[in-house]
Amino acid sequence: MKEFMLLFRFPQSNIDPSKIPPAEFQALAKKWQDWAGGIAAQGRMASNGNRLALEGKVLKPGGVITDGPFVEIREMLGSFIVVKADSLEEATTLAHGCPALDSNGTVEIRPIIG
Amino acid sequence: MEKEFLKRLFQQEFSKMVAVISSLFGLEHIEIAEDVVSETFLQATETWGVKGMPPNPTAWLYAVARQKTLYYFRRNKILEKKVIPELVARQEKSQEIEEPDFSQQNIRDSQLQMLFAVCNPAIASEAQIGLALRILCGFGIDEIAEAFLSNKETINKRLFRAKEKLRTEKIKMQLPPENEIAGRLDNVLHIIYLLFSEGYYSKTQNQILRKELCIEALRLGLMLAGYEKTHLPKTNALIALMCFHASRFGARETSEDGFVLYEQQDEALWDQELIDQGKHFLYLSAEGEEISSYHLEARIAYWHCIKADTREKWENILSLYNQLLMVNYSPSVALNRTFALYKANGRQEALVEAEKLKLENNHFYYLLLGELYKGFDNKKAALNFQKAYSLAKTETERTGIQKMIDNLS
Repeated sequence: MKEFMLLFRFPQSNIDPSKIPPAEFQALAKKWQDWAGGIAAQGRMASNGNRLALEGKVLKPGGVITDGPFVEIREMLGSFIVVKADSLEEATTLAHGCPALDSNGTVEIRPIIG
Repeated sequence: MEKEFLKRLFQQEFSKMVAVISSLFGLEHIEIAEDVVSETFLQATETWGVKGMPPNPTAWLYAVARQKTLYYFRRNKILEKKVIPELVARQEKSQEIEEPDFSQQNIRDSQLQMLFAVCNPAIASEAQIGLALRILCGFGIDEIAEAFLSNKETINKRLFRAKEKLRTEKIKMQLPPENEIAGRLDNVLHIIYLLFSEGYYSKTQNQILRKELCIEALRLGLMLAGYEKTHLPKTNALIALMCFHASRFGARETSEDGFVLYEQQDEALWDQELIDQGKHFLYLSAEGEEISSYHLEARIAYWHCIKADTREKWENILSLYNQLLMVNYSPSVALNRTFALYKANGRQEALVEAEKLKLENNHFYYLLLGELYKGFDNKKAALNFQKAYSLAKTETERTGIQKMIDNLS
């Protein structure tokens, strides 16, 4: 089986995640966990990746550094997982139901080559 | 009654005495230790049968074993040539042959050393479980054969190979150096976990034997918890896990050979004392940062000790199974996770996920599907139960599944 990386991207928003009510935040976390658990239950999870914090910096040509949030980028990278599948199509099938899609985000599926 | 007492006494003392004598002779001569102990038991049975039981049977056993050990030292040529020079070299100045020391302290230390020696990763794990049952738990060859649904000859061969391995790998009876203990402990805990599972999910129908296996695994776990260097959160998590599972032993058993499923168990039969002990160790396991698979499994088992079906309970169980799958995928964890998904998020979602699993050689998979379709699409439920029936491995399982099919109509 080959490995594929699923990259989650979200539309840039101005909502401060620390202001999301705890119950809502928990429900969202549960959604992600249940979705990832479903992939793991099929024995297809290679790595549950790393979660990325929301703050960060962007380095541009000429040594220009901007702080996040990344106002000039329409979408930001959320996090990633690595799954096992026989083909790109199969990996894409695994991505269905991803909670990122519920918040207008996207899932990018890329084969890992070495 | 007396016979039962003797059996228990011998089983308990076997592992202690073999450990102490082996620590004296060296692990490469473990058979001598086993012989000495077996002969001691034989003499005990004969003498006690005529004269009655002495006031302190354990002290009697130790005294006789001590004599027999010294006798071996003096008479056995292999020992004279191989072991004694080594022993003398080890003891350096002293020319006196050491006697086995059956003090509480030395028994404990020797058993711990033996535990680490037997659970050395150099030995293949199937042989290791056999060796652990024999040397650490004092089980007889016929009992081990029964537990594995095998025969004595196979078990003897397996044990022989395991002991060969002890010799060829030059495994010593000593605790690993302090900086290696935590790493080596993983393998020890894994073997204890396998011992427990062997008892809990064993193929044998012998309920007493199964329970004894579990009790022994628990005892070994507690031994590790009693020693400062191995008293780690993951040790406590494993103990908690075993306590919670073992608490349901009484409730699982039926007069027939079958098992009472969790949903139908009478919670009044759950062993509250073991549940409390489990909670105590679960609390201790929460120290530190590490979340081992034992932590997750112990928490799952904890929630199962609460009978009431609440949303909170099943959401917690589902979340724990989700995490467990990330550390430790297995088809049975995947199936249990899907059942928890059904209880927490409902039938519709669980059915979609269950259909994706495609564990097509696993009868438990079809049992789960049947259960999910039951009362919703009985035709599909029946179809799945029938598939489970054709894949089931034992008569007991087939009888149980037939009942489920009959209940549908």
